[in-house]
Amino acid sequence: MFDIDLWREIFQSINKNRTRSLLSGFTVAFAILLFAILFGIANGLGNTLDEAFKDDAINNIVIWSGRTTKANKGLQAGRQIQFKNKDHDYIKEEFGDKVEFMTSRVMINVDASFRNEKSSYTVRAIHPDNLFIEQNKIKEGRYINQRDLNEKTKVVIIGRLVEEDLYTKTRALGKYINLNGIQYKVVGVFTDDGGDDEERMIYMPITTAQQIYGNNDYVDMMYLTYNPEMDYDTALSFSNLLTRKLKDRFSIAKNDQRGIRVQNNAEGAKAVNQMSFGLGIIILVIGFGTLIAGIVGISNIMIFIVKERTKEIGIRKALGAQPKQIISIILIESIIITAIAGYMGLLAGIGVLELATPTLETYFIKDPGVSNSLVIGATITLILAGTLAGYIPAKKASKIKPIVALRND
Amino acid sequence: MLKISQLHKSYPIGDSSLHVLKGIDLSVDAGEMVAIMGSSGSGKSTLLNIIGMLDEADSGDYILDEVPIKNLTEKKAAVYRNKFLGFIFQSFNLINYKNALENVALPLYYQGLKRKERQEKGKFHLEKVGLLDWAHHLPSELSGGQKQRVAIARALAANPKLLLADEPTGALDTTTSYEIMEFLQQLNDEGKTILIVTHEEDIAEMCKRIVRLRDGVIMEDKPVEQVRASQYV
Repeated sequence: MFDIDLWREIFQSINKNRTRSLLSGFTVAFAILLFAILFGIANGLGNTLDEAFKDDAINNIVIWSGRTTKANKGLQAGRQIQFKNKDHDYIKEEFGDKVEFMTSRVMINVDASFRNEKSSYTVRAIHPDNLFIEQNKIKEGRYINQRDLNEKTKVVIIGRLVEEDLYTKTRALGKYINLNGIQYKVVGVFTDDGGDDEERMIYMPITTAQQIYGNNDYVDMMYLTYNPEMDYDTALSFSNLLTRKLKDRFSIAKNDQRGIRVQNNAEGAKAVNQMSFGLGIIILVIGFGTLIAGIVGISNIMIFIVKERTKEIGIRKALGAQPKQIISIILIESIIITAIAGYMGLLAGIGVLELATPTLETYFIKDPGVSNSLVIGATITLILAGTLAGYIPAKKASKIKPIVALRND
Repeated sequence: MLKISQLHKSYPIGDSSLHVLKGIDLSVDAGEMVAIMGSSGSGKSTLLNIIGMLDEADSGDYILDEVPIKNLTEKKAAVYRNKFLGFIFQSFNLINYKNALENVALPLYYQGLKRKERQEKGKFHLEKVGLLDWAHHLPSELSGGQKQRVAIARALAANPKLLLADEPTGALDTTTSYEIMEFLQQLNDEGKTILIVTHEEDIAEMCKRIVRLRDGVIMEDKPVEQVRASQYV
């Protein structure tokens, strides 16, 4: 039953005992504030971890070639291994389904210019699948496609920052760009979450680069992503098999670490996963710790409040207040204060995180934030704890003989 | 109105216990004004607290307005206190964050009256003690005499059958004491039954009957010629 008089009594008590109300409110607000901030920062660290692997696909495998260090099958050590287009095709044929996307790469350093603007960039000559492996996002135009490869067209896709650097007065799309004296048409502009360097890249069809810069079918390195349905261990054994087969193909000793190197992101991903798990546990510990501190705080305050109001309780009892009326007036007051203060703490916490976000990014904390439901849950926990902590002394106080309470001066 | 027989009460003190009331027999009729006197430790306050249902007797009978007061639940005691009794304390016991009117209206709140009715009745009783102009002042803004008058108005608000005053003038100077007594006499003249615990002879003589306690027993119980407080004011 809604009892307006009870609420009047409670609000008068809160209003007239401001110091007491503010102090208890402050404890709760502070606990929730800390909870929100700590949780937010922990979440921000987690986001940074995720971010670190955002640049490229997480199921990435990179294959480099190098110089052999061991003689094998009658071949001397120190032989330079060179991948060619047919090696690319071999892997695709040999492993079929296990390969999700694959691109070979040729890297060329170029001086690029458009009108009067000049700068140096790296060109990556690639297959169309590179889009998915690098996780580029097309901002304008299109990406390199199979037709470009077949026809060896002189087109490039440039990073957002290349456009910013060179195309100061116009848009890059559809214009020509001069790379080491040869004109290429810009058919697309892309963005990338991997940072500024990734956005200062220029991509061109691999066949075009092979013809213009070497007139050969050489490949510097190969990138592929394994089928994402594989778990870490399957992925690792897949890359081991891949390594073995490639070494066979190039007659490299099994224990030669340099001739061909295969790096599987699954190893790193596993470590990151474990780190995230550890971070999750730290978050939990922090959260519970803060909550427990808050619970202890509000409990202490409730005990103190009941003690302070003993005389008032005695007077009320002498005037005919029933025990349950005594209990409800104390409890509802504490619930109201906790709820309001908890909400303020939540707002303050979100506000602090919002303000601090730009600064925190320097310290590897990205997008710190907490879900509202989590903080509201924490507030409700505090309210429940405060209620429970208040109930016991309130119940006790309601049983005090009025004469004892009144003597308590 | 009030009948007590063979009332015993002792308080535990460490291992032993202090026998405070040793078989009290007392009856008070409606309209009486009784002073309960005795030196400190004589048990007078304990007796008043038991009569006021603020404390419980160990043994003996206590009948108030034909209702036996025994083994009351907290809830029932609260209802009886509210219905039968009005308290006046030496230290006033006003709630310090409530103004005079709110203090007076508090017992009415526990009677379940509506706010408007409480305000009206509260104002009526404040006017009766001559403090209507002070209705919205906090206790801290009132003098001792004014505080006690607010307390009396509060005790009267619930229209109790019996007014219990524990050293009502104990914290007041002589002039103010007499003013309070004059007011209590007026109430008694209007028919209110009043019990006053005091150790001051002059206050006791302003009642109609003096009961003297010593070491937990009634030594003397005699009617007196009432001294009107108005002659001193």
